[in-house]
Amino acid sequence: MTTLAVAPGPRAGVRGTSPWLSFARRRLTRFLVSLWALVTTAFLMIQLVPGDPVRASLGLTAPVELVEARREALGLNDPVWVRYGHYLGGLFTGDFGTSMGSGQPVSQVIGDRLPATLELALPAFAVVAVLSVPLGVLFAVLTRGGRRRGAELAFTSVSVFLAAVPEFLVAVGLVALLSVRLGWFPVAGSDGASAFVLPVAALAIGPAAVLARIVRVEMLSVLGDDFIRTARAKRLPRRLVYVRHALPNALTAALTIGGLLLTSMVAGTVLVENVFAWPGLGSTIVQSILQKDYPLVQGVVLMYGVGVLLVNLLVDVVLALLDPRSTIREN
Amino acid sequence: MTATTAATAAAVPEKTGRGSPWLAAVRTPVGACSAVLLAAVVLLAVLAPLVWGDRAATVDTNAIGQGPSGAHLLGTDSLGRDIFYRTLVATRLSVGLAVVSTVIGVTAGLVLGTLPSVLPRPAGRLVTAAVNIAVAFPGLLLALFFAVIFGVGTRGATLAIAFALAPGFARLAQTLAAGVVGRDFVSAARIAGVGRFRLLVRHVLPNIGEPLVVNATIGAGAALLAFSGLSFLGIGVQAPDYDWGRLLREGLDGIYVNPAVALAPGVAVVLAGLAFNLVGETVAAVVGVRTRSAKVRDRPVPPVRTAAAGETGDESLLVVENLQVAFPGPAGWTTPVRGVSFTVRVGEAIGVVGESGSGKSLTGLAVSRLIEAPGVVTADRLDFAGTPLLTTSERELRPLLGTSLAMVFQDPMTSFNPTRRIGRQLAEVSEQHQGLSRSRALARAVDRLRAVRIPAAERRARQYPHEFSGGMRQRAMIGMGLMGQPRLIVADEPTTALDVTVQRQLLRLLARTRDAENAAILLISHDITVVAQNCDRVLVMYAGRIVEDLPTADLTSAPRHPYTRALLAATLELDTDRDAPLAVIPGRPPEPSEVPVGCAFAARCPRAADRCLAEDPVPALVGPGHRVACWHPYEDTGRESGREAVASGGAE
Repeated sequence: MTTLAVAPGPRAGVRGTSPWLSFARRRLTRFLVSLWALVTTAFLMIQLVPGDPVRASLGLTAPVELVEARREALGLNDPVWVRYGHYLGGLFTGDFGTSMGSGQPVSQVIGDRLPATLELALPAFAVVAVLSVPLGVLFAVLTRGGRRRGAELAFTSVSVFLAAVPEFLVAVGLVALLSVRLGWFPVAGSDGASAFVLPVAALAIGPAAVLARIVRVEMLSVLGDDFIRTARAKRLPRRLVYVRHALPNALTAALTIGGLLLTSMVAGTVLVENVFAWPGLGSTIVQSILQKDYPLVQGVVLMYGVGVLLVNLLVDVVLALLDPRSTIREN
Repeated sequence: MTATTAATAAAVPEKTGRGSPWLAAVRTPVGACSAVLLAAVVLLAVLAPLVWGDRAATVDTNAIGQGPSGAHLLGTDSLGRDIFYRTLVATRLSVGLAVVSTVIGVTAGLVLGTLPSVLPRPAGRLVTAAVNIAVAFPGLLLALFFAVIFGVGTRGATLAIAFALAPGFARLAQTLAAGVVGRDFVSAARIAGVGRFRLLVRHVLPNIGEPLVVNATIGAGAALLAFSGLSFLGIGVQAPDYDWGRLLREGLDGIYVNPAVALAPGVAVVLAGLAFNLVGETVAAVVGVRTRSAKVRDRPVPPVRTAAAGETGDESLLVVENLQVAFPGPAGWTTPVRGVSFTVRVGEAIGVVGESGSGKSLTGLAVSRLIEAPGVVTADRLDFAGTPLLTTSERELRPLLGTSLAMVFQDPMTSFNPTRRIGRQLAEVSEQHQGLSRSRALARAVDRLRAVRIPAAERRARQYPHEFSGGMRQRAMIGMGLMGQPRLIVADEPTTALDVTVQRQLLRLLARTRDAENAAILLISHDITVVAQNCDRVLVMYAGRIVEDLPTADLTSAPRHPYTRALLAATLELDTDRDAPLAVIPGRPPEPSEVPVGCAFAARCPRAADRCLAEDPVPALVGPGHRVACWHPYEDTGRESGREAVASGGAE
């Protein structure tokens, strides 16, 4: 592309560079800074634990020599900045430390557990997208201009209610009704396809309700925009006006707000996994917190943090694809 | 200091009459619900442990894991304790801990959020950056993180939830404070030498209190849910203490035996969470301004108005008779277009002038069938190219209107879809109505962009609207209309948003297009000179009616309606006497909802008489192709008398 030849619009990025390039650079810098902050925080977390983590992990009755040996082995007797350096260096080589409980490398535990969490989170993301966008659009179109007040009331009250119930309660409710009462799905575990239905539903229902509401509000606002009138003046079928012209613009706004919602689903897996005894990172983090297995906690917290950062990054990239203006918008 | 206190007092909303909105809020369904729920939660939190504390703790080995029964309303747990009473008693700990952690969290958030304005700049930036990174993380993750540091248990979980809430409130406080700091009274205080800290405490904090309280209430609901989550995971409240989350955790194991063991605390969490949220909403509704659209009952009764339309020959392209546009409003229907009749002949350029609010744009939209519900368009006749627009279905109209009616809108900056390339936006017309393939449609779009003199059309077609200048976009808009074979171009203030040199180019382009395509133009403008220079005939609109319909040739020589004359007199020209006062039309046009009985212009008209106030004038033919709706039209000619009319009107 020869976009640099003629000065394009008044707001096209820095002269001589593609707006995409500067967007990628800016966004990548932000990701790396956040990642560094995350890693440092995970490191500091262990330093901030009151008392001696080794003592806390081994118990009060452990002999002093054992505690000392473990401290030495973990490098806890070095100065803080040396340990920080070791920690960073270890991360670069994939060394997340060693679980105090099982003696396994933390990276191995994460490797074992991460797939189960992803198997839960990714379908849930898909369900949220597949449910909320069409529902939001549908109810925006049905209720625009104050029409169908009944449908609007029903939509709003149902979505507000579903959004107000936290995922672990949805999970418990679903288990009580569909597993215990009706026996349709297994109560817990991750064996077989039917075992996925309830955990994914529990994870997705709340965010889907919130996002559907956001999509509806954004659609209503976009449908009042001037360019929608232009699209109608072209006499496009309504379907095209809604899907081609309104939706991408509504989604950019909805995604900006809904990004936090998607990241909250990353955390939601912790609760849902614990309801269903799901063998993922969520069960691991809770057990390791309860057992004071600090290296493992550190590793899993890091994984969740990276998950959040990745979702944020993904949202920004999708935004940029939907609306090229967001590549040149300064934050 | 006196000056600043006065300014502060002015900025703070009035405190008088506060009782009534609160009372009114409680009377709404949401308000009533939240008040009842909140009262119940508070009452239970205070009383339940006192009244039922012992019963909830009683272990009954004879009734272990029972289902609901007369003795135990919701059954018993694995130690035979009554679930119903345990759930009620747990209210105090669940709600209490949520409130405590919210208070700590909001305080910490306030400190974090306002620190940057007190600290030296680099330190302040660091705090802001940390907050910005932290808010990107979900609360539960932050809570788990802090639970590691503060340890498992009630105290640790309370602090963990509090610190998880803090970044969100810090961000909120920052945003709100930034809004207040920009206001005049804070600047005044700063100039008066008030220190940073004092500024914060005395001027900023009091002004961000209300939204903070609203959000804190909603935050308490979130804290309640989060705390239940932590207790459910075993990280929060530890046995023998119990909150709802703890009960839920214990109940989940027994869910096969008695689902109520798990469901009862779950329902309690949801209800209490709803209570906080609803209270927050209610408070927000009272504190903030929230407009609710009133219900509109009856449809408009179109006022009857028979008037002779212009003669309609075979050449007529657009025939409009008694066109009305009505919208529902909070106070019933308003009719901004009240019986407009005119005819556009093939290839004719017609100008529509009038002040803003005269209904000229709505007329343009209505004849293009672009008024959407809830707006209602009625007409005795609305024919375009021989097709009745109001009775033909939208599906049938699409090909006709899509190819032979072009629109140019006022604001080129907002009239293109920002997320689609210009070329594609043009091409979809041909794809839709002319059956062209994607690539051929795009080729035509490039050709049409070239036709409206857009340089490097091929490259431009691949660009997005934000890469076009305003004049360029307006050309592209005309090009969009040229994708078909336009027989009528409705241009609604096409040059208003452009600067003068670009205006002329655009008007020339419109004129050229009209010649090339033999298209008629309906040029809507508030600028009577623009219309006079570009049109064959002029419709002067006032308060939703056409008051004068005349050939452009008559416009300067023989305008009859006092309003037309006033409009002409109010235009500036190079030879306008700069020593004389600027001619203006006194008064304002009536609102569409309060149009008077008689002539709508009577109140501002120098020639108004009794009849004008009582009777609405009917359009009458006063010359060839010249209609005027006035009881006392000017008979004489020339513009001088027009100036006098305005001058005397101004003196009135």
